Amino acid sequence: MLNFDLQVIWQELPFLGQGLLTTLLFATLSILVGLVLGTLLALMRLSPFPPFFWLATAYINLFRSIPILLGIFWFYFLVPFIIGRSLGNFASAFIAFVQFEAAYYSEIIRAGIQSVPQGQIGAGLASGLNYPQVMWLIVLPQAFRNMIPPLLTQSIVLFQDTSLISVINVREFMGASRIIAEKEGRPVEIYIFAALIYLLVCLISSQLVKFLEQRTDPKRRRSTETVAVVG
Amino acid sequence: MIEIENVSKWYGSFQVLKDCSTEVRKGEVIVVCGPSGSGKSTLIKCVNFLEPFQKGKILVNGVSVAEKTTDLPKLRSHVGMVFQSFELYPHMSTLQNVCLAQIHVLKRSASEAEEKAVQLLKRVGLEDHIRKFPGQLSGGQQQRVAIARSLAMDPIAMLFDEPTSALDPEMINEVLDVMVELAQEGMTMMVVTHEMGFARKVAHRVVFMDGGSILEDRPTEAFFQDPQTDRSQQFLSKILHH
Repeated sequence: MLNFDLQVIWQELPFLGQGLLTTLLFATLSILVGLVLGTLLALMRLSPFPPFFWLATAYINLFRSIPILLGIFWFYFLVPFIIGRSLGNFASAFIAFVQFEAAYYSEIIRAGIQSVPQGQIGAGLASGLNYPQVMWLIVLPQAFRNMIPPLLTQSIVLFQDTSLISVINVREFMGASRIIAEKEGRPVEIYIFAALIYLLVCLISSQLVKFLEQRTDPKRRRSTETVAVVG
Repeated sequence: MIEIENVSKWYGSFQVLKDCSTEVRKGEVIVVCGPSGSGKSTLIKCVNFLEPFQKGKILVNGVSVAEKTTDLPKLRSHVGMVFQSFELYPHMSTLQNVCLAQIHVLKRSASEAEEKAVQLLKRVGLEDHIRKFPGQLSGGQQQRVAIARSLAMDPIAMLFDEPTSALDPEMINEVLDVMVELAQEGMTMMVVTHEMGFARKVAHRVVFMDGGSILEDRPTEAFFQDPQTDRSQQFLSKILHH
């Protein structure tokens, strides 16, 4: 029972590594595109222009109430049916996945934007900046700083959710692990190894974000500069 | 310079401003006072249309602020505004705070903007703090940065919305001193404040508001010596005797 065969992992490391690279690429792309789309959705949802608000609200509620796995399947089978050809597994999984993640991110980003005091917008507008400039130069930089912890949590969930795309045969880390586990008949070793790798990536990336957060937080710069009277 | 004509404003069915009219001529300093909830902050925010109003007209340098065709950002860039809670941008250094609108609204180059910023920060006595962030400054220092930020736009008039109300007592004077200096240099100013000493020293006229209406609009000395309404007499006796 307890005779672990670690040789299998060593042998199949190139194959598993390839899978991990695919996962990392997929997750990075999803985080970047998800954040951009999520920001747009959040801005639409906060827009004073009603059609934007309704569209974004409907979109967000729809995608937050469908299981992401269903979305991935659906997109994979439905799109070839509509446009007459397949997009390829990776592209199909990516488009489906990012639509969901954008909806998840947008609610966090909306809360972040709303956490910036209204007076900041007033001050920006009073100085002659227009609304988009106020958002871009004043509100969003502060909002994103406030949002780092929840965005990090969501990004870790996203990273783990990428394992779902193995269901449509994208050979990412989870899919690669399963193939090896079945081929070699060594599921225990392989799946423990996979879990450790997921854990490691999450730990490293969250430490990295915390480090970056500390370096950019203006309040923390106090400790490195001489402090004047703080009223 | 600023003409306010019969302005009324409602929040739903509640009327916050009732048929308010007054004006600020070039080089004049007007103090607006009155009990809290009297609409004075709302009125001053109508001047640069941060608060929209439903009736009446406000002209700034001859341009109607409520008109749809008015280039509001351009108009606002000519009218400085200082807020009760400073509203410095916390993610930017003092210097960046003063440069931001110069660069993005007036399209000045970074070096031009910085030169102007340093000169103004010196003027308000903060040349040693240009690299600091708002969180590292006291309230009085923050408000002086906010004044420098507005002055950097070379405004034709300045609006002050209770600039000293959020300050600890010992910091009020450092801000008032800067404002007195501005007034004495001939800046056109509309100031919502409870600082009656400031009003007596530099204001040409005092506007007294209560319940959304302008009850008095008279030369400073006349207002203090002989307030015309019961409300203004009560207000003055309360505010001056402690």
